[in-house]
Amino acid sequence: MAALEEEFTLSTVPLGAGPNGLLGVEQSDKTDQFLVTHGGRTVILYKVSDQKPLGSWSVKQGQIITCPAVCNFQTGEFIVVHDNKVLRIWNTENVNLDKVFKATLSAEIYRIHSIQGTEPLVLFKEGAVRGLEALLAEPQQKIETVVSDDEVIKWTKVFMVFRHPVLIFITEKHGNHFAYIQTFSSRTLSKYTLFHGQEEKSVIQNFTASVDRKFISLMSLSSDGCVYETLIPIHPRDPDENQRVVRSLLLKTVVAGNAPSGVALTVLDQDHVAVLGPPLPASKECLSIWNTKFQTLQTSRELPQGTSGQLWYFGENLFMLHGKFLTVIPYKCEVSSLAGALGKLKHSQDPGTHTVPHFVNWETSRGYGFGSQNSEQSKRILRRRKIEVNVPPPAFEQLLSTIKKDSEKDIEVELCKFLAVKRTPDFHAIVGDIVLELLGRHTTEPSFYPRNSLMQLIQTHVLSYSLCPGLMEAALEKTDVQMLQLCLQQFPDIPESITCACLKIFLSISDDSLQETEINMESVSDCSDPVQEKMDEQTEILQNGFNADEQNCDSCDRKLNQKPQDAAEETTSCPVVPKRAALLNAILHSAYSEMFLLPHLKDIPAQHVTIMDWICLLLDANFTVVVMIPEAKRLLLSLYKFVKSQICICSELNKIEVSFRELQKLNQEKNNRELYSIEVLELF
Amino acid sequence: MRLCSVFCHSSFPEYFSSGMGEFKVHRVRFFNYVPSGIRCVAYNNQSNRLAVSRTDGTVEIYNLSANYFQEKFFPGHESRATEALCWAKGQRLFSGGLNGEIIEYDLQALNIKYAMDAFGGPIWSMAVSPCGSQLLVGCEDGSVKLFQITPDKIQFERNFDRQKSRILSLSWHPSGTHIAAGSIDYISVFDVKSGSAVHKMLVDRQYMGVSKRKCIIWGVAFLSDGTVISVDSAGKVQFWDSATGTLVKNHLIANADVQSIAVSDQEDSFVVGTAEGTVFHFQLVSVTSNSSEKQWVRTKPFQHHTHDVRAVAHSPTALISGGTDTHLVIRPLMEKVEVKNYDAALRKITFPHRRLISCSKKRHLLLFQFAHHLELWRLGSTVATGKNGDTLPLSKDADHLLHLKTKGPENIICSCISPCGSWIAYSTTSRFFLYRLNYEHDNISLQRVSKMPAFLRSALQILFSEDSTKLFVASNQGSLHIIRLLEGSFKHLHTFQPQSGTVESMCLLAVSPDGNWLAASGTSAGVHVYNIKHLKLHCTVPAYNFPVTALAIAPSTNNLVIAHSDQQVFEYSIPDKQYTEWSRTIQKQGFHYLWLQRDTPITHISFHPKRPMHILLHDAYMFCIIDKSLPLPNDKTLLYNPLPPTNESDVIRRRTAHAFKISKIYKPLLFMDLLDERTLVAVERPLDDIIAQLPPPIKKKKFGT
Repeated sequence: MAALEEEFTLSTVPLGAGPNGLLGVEQSDKTDQFLVTHGGRTVILYKVSDQKPLGSWSVKQGQIITCPAVCNFQTGEFIVVHDNKVLRIWNTENVNLDKVFKATLSAEIYRIHSIQGTEPLVLFKEGAVRGLEALLAEPQQKIETVVSDDEVIKWTKVFMVFRHPVLIFITEKHGNHFAYIQTFSSRTLSKYTLFHGQEEKSVIQNFTASVDRKFISLMSLSSDGCVYETLIPIHPRDPDENQRVVRSLLLKTVVAGNAPSGVALTVLDQDHVAVLGPPLPASKECLSIWNTKFQTLQTSRELPQGTSGQLWYFGENLFMLHGKFLTVIPYKCEVSSLAGALGKLKHSQDPGTHTVPHFVNWETSRGYGFGSQNSEQSKRILRRRKIEVNVPPPAFEQLLSTIKKDSEKDIEVELCKFLAVKRTPDFHAIVGDIVLELLGRHTTEPSFYPRNSLMQLIQTHVLSYSLCPGLMEAALEKTDVQMLQLCLQQFPDIPESITCACLKIFLSISDDSLQETEINMESVSDCSDPVQEKMDEQTEILQNGFNADEQNCDSCDRKLNQKPQDAAEETTSCPVVPKRAALLNAILHSAYSEMFLLPHLKDIPAQHVTIMDWICLLLDANFTVVVMIPEAKRLLLSLYKFVKSQICICSELNKIEVSFRELQKLNQEKNNRELYSIEVLELF
Repeated sequence: MRLCSVFCHSSFPEYFSSGMGEFKVHRVRFFNYVPSGIRCVAYNNQSNRLAVSRTDGTVEIYNLSANYFQEKFFPGHESRATEALCWAKGQRLFSGGLNGEIIEYDLQALNIKYAMDAFGGPIWSMAVSPCGSQLLVGCEDGSVKLFQITPDKIQFERNFDRQKSRILSLSWHPSGTHIAAGSIDYISVFDVKSGSAVHKMLVDRQYMGVSKRKCIIWGVAFLSDGTVISVDSAGKVQFWDSATGTLVKNHLIANADVQSIAVSDQEDSFVVGTAEGTVFHFQLVSVTSNSSEKQWVRTKPFQHHTHDVRAVAHSPTALISGGTDTHLVIRPLMEKVEVKNYDAALRKITFPHRRLISCSKKRHLLLFQFAHHLELWRLGSTVATGKNGDTLPLSKDADHLLHLKTKGPENIICSCISPCGSWIAYSTTSRFFLYRLNYEHDNISLQRVSKMPAFLRSALQILFSEDSTKLFVASNQGSLHIIRLLEGSFKHLHTFQPQSGTVESMCLLAVSPDGNWLAASGTSAGVHVYNIKHLKLHCTVPAYNFPVTALAIAPSTNNLVIAHSDQQVFEYSIPDKQYTEWSRTIQKQGFHYLWLQRDTPITHISFHPKRPMHILLHDAYMFCIIDKSLPLPNDKTLLYNPLPPTNESDVIRRRTAHAFKISKIYKPLLFMDLLDERTLVAVERPLDDIIAQLPPPIKKKKFGT
């Protein structure tokens, strides 16, 4: 559930009103530290949690900052542009901006983008994009013109897609909007015309965008107060042709139409957007959080002193002007997953930090019949205690340094050594760290994929999804179904979106490549062997449904009878090969909540629909829908019978328990009569 | 009956020359003994000892270093229900109870040093300051009283601000500046200097949405970082910030009361016990691998009890719990145990490590000792014979002859019946009783011997000589008295005074069948052997690291057999003043590992009148005859074979035979002795019979909703 927390003011100095007051807020390379660029001459580095500035830099009188300062995540330096063409690069040790590195370029800069994982990208007002390094090597290089005359850049953003940056910018010319997508992996620039659809008259006031694997979802807030969504493919089929994309209504009237002052929109996550503006024509300005999936207002906060139509979202904080002060409102949205509902939450990770989210020691709660009540995680952590830091064993240090530089073989050897050592109470956290370290190297060095080591670590049974976020993503990327299967079996807290991504891969992987992979067939062992043999001979003939849990009674009967299947039972036959069945079983056995899984299931492509019909039946993803399907009638009936019999069993068991207790009492009375006896004993 | 026994005897040929032979066993299960429930446990880290108090006021001291042996006990008292127990500096033990008295125990002389009224009504809680020199008691009237512990007494210092209801739990902050006191519905934090309440933390009465009448704070623990942990009757474990008086964290762990809490010295783990019999372990675990931030996480539940866990303790390596079901459970923490040896096993102590039963061999009588009465039973008889395992038809059933109730509120410390069956003696803390029994056909008459001398009171152990003419009494001052018994009267013969400088009490006595030697043992020093004829100390068996659990002197050879709590058995020749050859051999070779791993001590040793090579001994779970003539078993040998040998030639049988002949048929075995050459008596106390006499436990549904 999305929630806004108590707001606080960041700057004590009042800012000039309007867009001139504040140029931008950008992340720095340290968690919790943000660069705030004031319109005019000043850049201030704030530590948000402490609400205090760590440093402040100004340009000389007469100069004017023209685009927000950013942090180069690769070097930790800050970059700012003044007077449109002059770059200044400095770090926290510098005091005077006048004395730091300076580069004057040949064209005017619109914006510098800097995000984790790539060098800063410079977008020029004419639409050209350059990497910072190339630009600094030759500052006076000629910058080409991309956009036409009178075409003005209105908005821009950069994303990382498959470890490569993708830059989008929106231009306007005579009331028409164009989107340009610059990809750096293939060095292509594609142009799209944003087609307004029916709402021709409205003026677009603000943009935001998020990225999926193949699409950029561009959202725009129009003057009619509605939010529209436009899907722009990242990799166009024909990059040279000017293509049109149509926008569709996403949210209706989130702000009052034709709002007098600025409105703003920003994407928070895949289901939530934050909107700044007056909800009704006469009302005061508000910050509202909307759920786009359910079209509902989640929460809102009134800003009685007005705002400026500027909104930034980083980490867990929303930044905006409230009156004349820069205000921060922390925003939290717990991931909608069964794991989340149970309190095993994956906390959003700030880049560059090395935190392990709240954990559950699954090992200790297993094997005792007491459930997992020890997952009672309070969001409030006990007061910080000055206890000495838990020093990880030296084998751990050794292993970490091995992971940083040595070969996969060496890592495996080192890992074996490490795992042989006695387990400490924080073993799960250490294993999580090792996985993160391995993944970290995998991200920087894509050829490095220490599969064996990862598999070994997963099999320690102490990992959870929250302990090593990114592991399943990496496996998804590599289509490593074996590892995915293992993760599904081991992790108790996989978000439904990942479960669904696994399902997609399991359904789309070809039978040939499945044959080559090693998959744990335990879950289909009861039918795999004979089926496997038959499959090899003639793949047309299919045998029993593999899910013994689901069709318990039926399959038992069938096994007893050993009769070939007749046509009437076709619906329950298994349309997939056993290996795929084993993978699908892993999904079915994982912890998911159908309510949250259902939206993701919609994304499953149509070619798998036949399988989906069948799997839907098993998933029971949407009970009300299933109830309506005539095919489900039998299943429901048997389910009903099963539950009823289970209740009967429970009540009978209780009766038996009572009877046993009575018997025990009688037995004791009988024993009482045998209080004394004389017996013969022979010792050998 | 004697006749029949002789008849059976003569009907068996003596072919069991190498074997142990066949016995008729009187299997007795009518000893209706129910241990008292455990009320408090207190662990002392310095001495590694555990004090346990029971609902009848008995206090027991267990030595955790000596195989959990119950080395001392203080008898209970009807009006002295102990509610709190704690150790102070210098290993001094204090208790407080419902009669409002603070009691200090003398661990050397095994008596009560003094009792002092705290003048606050019943005492519910007690805590010794971290430095060990101040004692705090919480009373019925809502007062918290501070006492100064002086070298020989305690002295009242002052009252803290009085609260409106009884103080059920107390805990000191490790710095000694503040205390937390649990009452009804709230917890108070006091400043020790001013004695005033700094904070009052109200506890939610709600229990699963239902408002209970009261919420009783059964336990509190004050940690050095200022956190107060409380356990209460609503099933909650709560963490409070004592600086602000606010609730930090709440764990609902039970549907019933959480009654006890104990924190480890390192404050990295604690244990709580619930009324459902469950014990939960909480540990402070780091949230991330390389940060100092840690969180309390409930890690392990243990269900070793059926009833309320009234008391818990936390030793560096184990969780200790006890409650209404009378068991003392010691659960080692596996991660703290370096070597996975037998010390890492769970211990469940149910029965006292001393004898409650004595036997008159001549008249086939058994004397049972209870807290406030004695029972005398005569065993039945049979004329039938049978083979191994047969139950023989009774020609005469066992008879309950006598029910002897004590006068006064004190528990019986020890009792004994003479071998001839004509004398019964017992002692409480303040009085010694001697009775003469007369048997006329089926009638039995009892006559108390009056005017017992004052020095006899408070005996720790009583023993009659084999011919029933002498009575030996070990008093709690370390002295041993010898009394000559005459028909209906007595004469004080001699008193052996304790060795100069020691006040250690003698707990175990043994006399030689010829009446010449008396062996006596305390809890730590060696065994002293006295010459009764010359009335002087004959020798002292060298002290051994582990306490003596049983001793006996063999007929004819006068070898003293001593069993220790580490399961070692020594044989010491009294005439030669040295260990026997057999004892040296077995020490050289070592006992079988399974023998050493037994977890109950040997409580009785006896001998066969016709087979000098045999030693009979038993613990709670086995009975063993050691045949010294046979080779000793080594660790590869099968120590205990429950199945009779079948189809094995005599040669194989003889080759595989070893000295230890063990039977595990009778258990839990409280007493076993030889009545005559072919008759044994075994007194069992099945656990089910004890459970049947306890109040029903909280019922938990096992199936369904």
